Amino acid sequence: MKNEPMAGQVSPPLPYSAWPDESGHFGPYGGKFVPESLMPALDELEEVYLKSRHDPEFQAELDHLLRTFVGRPTPVTYARRLTDYLGGPRIYIKREDLAHTGAHKINNALGQALLMKRKMRKSRIVAETGAGQHGVATATAAAMLGIECVVYMGTVDMARQEPNVYRMRLLGTEVRGVTSGSKTLKDAINDAIRDWVTHVRHTHYLLGSALGPHPYPTIVRDFQSVIGREALRQMCDPEGGPGRLPDAIVACVGGGSNAIGIFHPFLEYANVRLIGVEAGGRGIEGGEHAARFADPRLGRLGVLQGTKSYVMQDADGQIALTHSISAGLDYASVGPEHAWLRDQGRTEYTYATDDEALEGVKLLSRLEGIIPALESAHAVAHLVRLAPQMSKDEVILINLSGRGDKDLGTIMKELGNL
Amino acid sequence: MTGVERIQAVFARSRAEHRAAFMPYHAMGYPDRLQTLEILQVLGNAGADLFEIGIPHSDPLADGPTIQTATYEALMRGTTVVDCLAMVRELRTAGMTQPFCAMTYYNPLFAYGVQRFVDDAVAAGIDGLIVPDLPPEEAEELEAACRVAGLATVYLLAPTSTLERIQFVASHCTGFIYLVSVTGITGARAELPPDLAEFVARVRRYTQLPLAVGFGIATGEQASAVARIADGVIVGSALVKAAVSEEGLARVAELGAELAAGARGQ
Repeated sequence: MKNEPMAGQVSPPLPYSAWPDESGHFGPYGGKFVPESLMPALDELEEVYLKSRHDPEFQAELDHLLRTFVGRPTPVTYARRLTDYLGGPRIYIKREDLAHTGAHKINNALGQALLMKRKMRKSRIVAETGAGQHGVATATAAAMLGIECVVYMGTVDMARQEPNVYRMRLLGTEVRGVTSGSKTLKDAINDAIRDWVTHVRHTHYLLGSALGPHPYPTIVRDFQSVIGREALRQMCDPEGGPGRLPDAIVACVGGGSNAIGIFHPFLEYANVRLIGVEAGGRGIEGGEHAARFADPRLGRLGVLQGTKSYVMQDADGQIALTHSISAGLDYASVGPEHAWLRDQGRTEYTYATDDEALEGVKLLSRLEGIIPALESAHAVAHLVRLAPQMSKDEVILINLSGRGDKDLGTIMKELGNL
Repeated sequence: MTGVERIQAVFARSRAEHRAAFMPYHAMGYPDRLQTLEILQVLGNAGADLFEIGIPHSDPLADGPTIQTATYEALMRGTTVVDCLAMVRELRTAGMTQPFCAMTYYNPLFAYGVQRFVDDAVAAGIDGLIVPDLPPEEAEELEAACRVAGLATVYLLAPTSTLERIQFVASHCTGFIYLVSVTGITGARAELPPDLAEFVARVRRYTQLPLAVGFGIATGEQASAVARIADGVIVGSALVKAAVSEEGLARVAELGAELAAGARGQ
């Protein structure tokens, strides 16, 4: 814990759910680290967003679209065979894999696109994508609302995720390959920001995770909190759910949007353990991973792409290359709110390796008939370790952030003939 | 003299001579260490009044393709913050007297340690700092350290900056203010934006500080047009391109002289 500058601070004056502060900081994390050209755009976005948050007309339209277009609420499924197999607590699964486009990303993409369409004098969206899930979700929202859309994607990722590139193009989005740096997500974000800086007067940057400069971490969290709000209701409902709060919630953490989305409505329920699972890649030792919290040698306080948080970097402050089998967790930084909640001791973080995630894919597929995304499989992997430590009368909720169809190519390559 | 005073002296002199200051940028460590030193010396001889020296970062999100490539290659050659400071020290030893403003992103500086960076920068002979992803709102620690050390904190203003922001940012600048000619990223452009004069005039109403214009200036003609309205002309990408052109240093000298003449209004 020595590397945490703010550890041991007195408890915050605000409840957890009331953060960030007015300047967009979660304690020492967050903030706005962007070129001056963008500062007015961030101010405008914040103003528009704060108004829309309490605008019943906007919220009603968003709710309507979430119901009739996205397919919300997504169910909570009791994982009977997995529960029996692990022999511990009852396991429930929040099914974001059943949302339109196959992952939770659509919640935020639709929210922000609607915000732009209804409340801002802008006509164009840019976005970044790694695995393509946020890109597809954004392209989908843009098509449905009739907005011009450009998605930046590293050429390495384009080769890995060819079907998603085609999906976005089919949806009428222009996909621009990024050839700078490592040609992956981080570089796609750089180019999306460069496009935004250049066209900021009429372009909205639709950032896909709980990252970036304020107010993005808050906006993304709020649009994703629909997951936690539904889950809270569903868990407490004795008809479909266990009729009680879970004892632990487990979610994978890349930038951290699905995790913060399910955690946030539970923050004030102190007895609910909130556990984030980072990508352990090929193991922490060799540095080939994206476990920002688990490796004090690489993961240190820093600034990347607009926000201060834990960042994987070398001694000279250059951003380290990360590795994960799942493109959605393969990122050098983590949402600032996660870093802050961790300092407060409210959330805890662990990691699962590539191999453990693959085991998680097999397990959930065979026992529950659900093929999880490789990202979500990291949460499944941790479940396997966690469940035996808990008693049979306890309850675990896992956020299944996406379905695995997009990963079949990778999974086939890794698992070979079955 | 402090860094702030040395920068003030540059603008006082160029004002007295009824011209703008010529302020070239170079990416340290590109194409390699030796050539970096040569390029800066050639630009000094061509009439540079103040240098911006780019300390490379892996994620230069305010930079266009030319400087992205240059800083990326500098990093690939292993250029570190320590190396950049050592190069400055060497140039000082070689007798170069122009002020140096280090231009970098916040993370390399933060990782180095803010106070330690300011101390070592001053010791090496650096006079000011430009950190494009660090607005004054987030710069409390850096500003405090710079104030004590006499290092200039130069912030950027953009055509999108509101009147409130112009006043706010100007009140945090020392030495000069960096005006970004266009909303966008660094890189040579064929035309200067039509509303540049109006933008410079708008900022002028709120500050006495010298105003230097950068982003997109590539030719003597453009430099001359900027010199008519501003106090400094900043050129980066065009010179970086020249440095790796076939004629190399000769082309840097030639373009440097053309830009310096432009800054003189010629």
